[in-house]
Amino acid sequence: MNILETIRIGLQGIAANKLRSGLTMLGILIGVAAVIVLMAIGNGASVAVTSSIESLGTNTLTVRHGTFGGGGESGRTQFKDLTVDDAVALVDPVLAPDVVSATPVVSAAATCTYGGSSYDTSITGTWPSYFGSTNSDIATGTPLTTDDVVNSRRSIVLGQTVIKELFGEADPLDKVVTCGGVPFTVVGTIEEKGSSGFLDADDVAVAPLSTVQSKLTGYGSLDTILVQAASSEVSTAAESEITSILDQRHGTTSEDTRDYQVLNQASLISTVQDTIGIFTVLLGAVAAISLLVGGIGITNIMLVTVTERTREIGIRKAIGARKSAIMTQFLIEAMVLSVIGGGIGVVLALLVTRISVAGVTPVIVPSSVIGAFVVSVSIGLFFGSYPANRAASLRPIEALRHE
Amino acid sequence: MSTPVIDLQGITKTYGAGDTEVNALRGIDLSIDRGDYVAIMGASGSGKSTLMNIIGALDVSTSGHYALDGINIDDLDEGALSIVRNRKIGFIFQSFNLIPRTSALSNVELPLVYRGVGRRERRQRAVAALEAVGLADRMHHQPNELSGGQQQRVAVARALVAEPSLLLADEPTGNLDSRSTNDVLTLMGHLHDQGRTIVMITHEDDVADHAGRVVTLIDGLISEDRRNTA
Repeated sequence: MNILETIRIGLQGIAANKLRSGLTMLGILIGVAAVIVLMAIGNGASVAVTSSIESLGTNTLTVRHGTFGGGGESGRTQFKDLTVDDAVALVDPVLAPDVVSATPVVSAAATCTYGGSSYDTSITGTWPSYFGSTNSDIATGTPLTTDDVVNSRRSIVLGQTVIKELFGEADPLDKVVTCGGVPFTVVGTIEEKGSSGFLDADDVAVAPLSTVQSKLTGYGSLDTILVQAASSEVSTAAESEITSILDQRHGTTSEDTRDYQVLNQASLISTVQDTIGIFTVLLGAVAAISLLVGGIGITNIMLVTVTERTREIGIRKAIGARKSAIMTQFLIEAMVLSVIGGGIGVVLALLVTRISVAGVTPVIVPSSVIGAFVVSVSIGLFFGSYPANRAASLRPIEALRHE
Repeated sequence: MSTPVIDLQGITKTYGAGDTEVNALRGIDLSIDRGDYVAIMGASGSGKSTLMNIIGALDVSTSGHYALDGINIDDLDEGALSIVRNRKIGFIFQSFNLIPRTSALSNVELPLVYRGVGRRERRQRAVAALEAVGLADRMHHQPNELSGGQQQRVAVARALVAEPSLLLADEPTGNLDSRSTNDVLTLMGHLHDQGRTIVMITHEDDVADHAGRVVTLIDGLISEDRRNTA
């Protein structure tokens, strides 16, 4: 009795009861599709957030003024400003070999107007190195120049969201926009980066640091210093170099009294990925339960099938089918159900994941496709083995007597 | 003559235990020679079905010895019994027992499938067996598309196809009208003429009259063993 014959007999059994076989497959189908789709959504969310963080530059570190959380600590006596001198001091080939550039940044909320349109945005006052550190490519015009900064020129470079709000389709170059009551000439535009959910990377207006400080914010502390590390691999080393330089300059003695904070994009990405990873596992676990339920459905239907076909089993045994032949026949029926169900589930999942859900474009995890399929086949084997064994163990005289 | 096809010695079969103990067979000695056509008769409860199960290697006796075609059946396990059934015995049942939703041809092929015969040879032998029972034109029909008599002839073809040592028929005409009964009995007569060994269980005298030898059971014992004078 060869295996092809057994498969043929198994397929005949399935074909004999199409509706029931179809519904049983549906259980496995939904389980497999759910595992793949939910994993893909989790993965897609992770990819989206990661790329939005990466669009800010993975090798950048942000030194932020002040502290997070511990605001009212009485122990702090000094609260030094973050200054342009701090930024200059960070670029030190000896003390900070991994730091490529340091860019001071201030920002001011301002309403920009042009013609009849107005738009509330945030004006960033900075140095020309800002564009490199933030991966901002110039689409038209020129970036800011050192000359602009030195002479406190009222030049401004706009992101695509600001342009769309103020100019619509018109060319913004050389036009004069008024931001916070100060007229700026548009010298350049930044290429579109795309918004990713919570963060619109195109909602920016960049002007020279000196201009923004003199006209809008005053000469207080910098908001941030953008530090570019040589690569994302050395960003952790750069972080400790920055900390040691600034601790010295600010006279910081312990972590509790530190009046600034360094945010490392690379570690932010890994934190975010870890978090999303947990959710992905949870989603996958829920889906895996539905796969399990589908598997129980197979056992159930196979038990019904065995009972229903007891007499047929008796006939087969009477004419010489061995226990293993009967066992294989029913196992194969169960496996065919799960393989076809799993296969259609994979196809369905591949189709569904082409649709983006709630702003997240699902990204299929290849291992989840293989995993879900393999699991569905094993489920067929596992959940089919009990009914198959029961069928094979029937005694022929009793099975023949069965009506 | 050579070894008998069936050699039963002191066969007993007991069901249950203690108060519910039932002695279905209480010591059967029976020898059936090659080419014989034997009818086993008896009222219901006489033990003839139990005897048929034991002769058919579907069940084993409680005590006694049974050799089928010279093979000792007493201490074979389930797997070995299924091989014996496949090679040595062709079953014909009262209710035909064809596999539903499966063509006559596939039903007839089935014993050969389980024996591991190749596709082409299997097909040839199955077609030949169906021709032998006069159903060559019905081989692609499913059981529910055939009359009772035709189904039983398919079952006979299935019993024949593996060239067994013994044809074992359990009330083969019990579910048939008189015309189909005649067809099937005539067919069995032909098979006997060709030298096949046939054992037929029945409770009808006129059916038993077709056999060359009639064994009657009462209460688990052979009460009469006679030859029909043709």
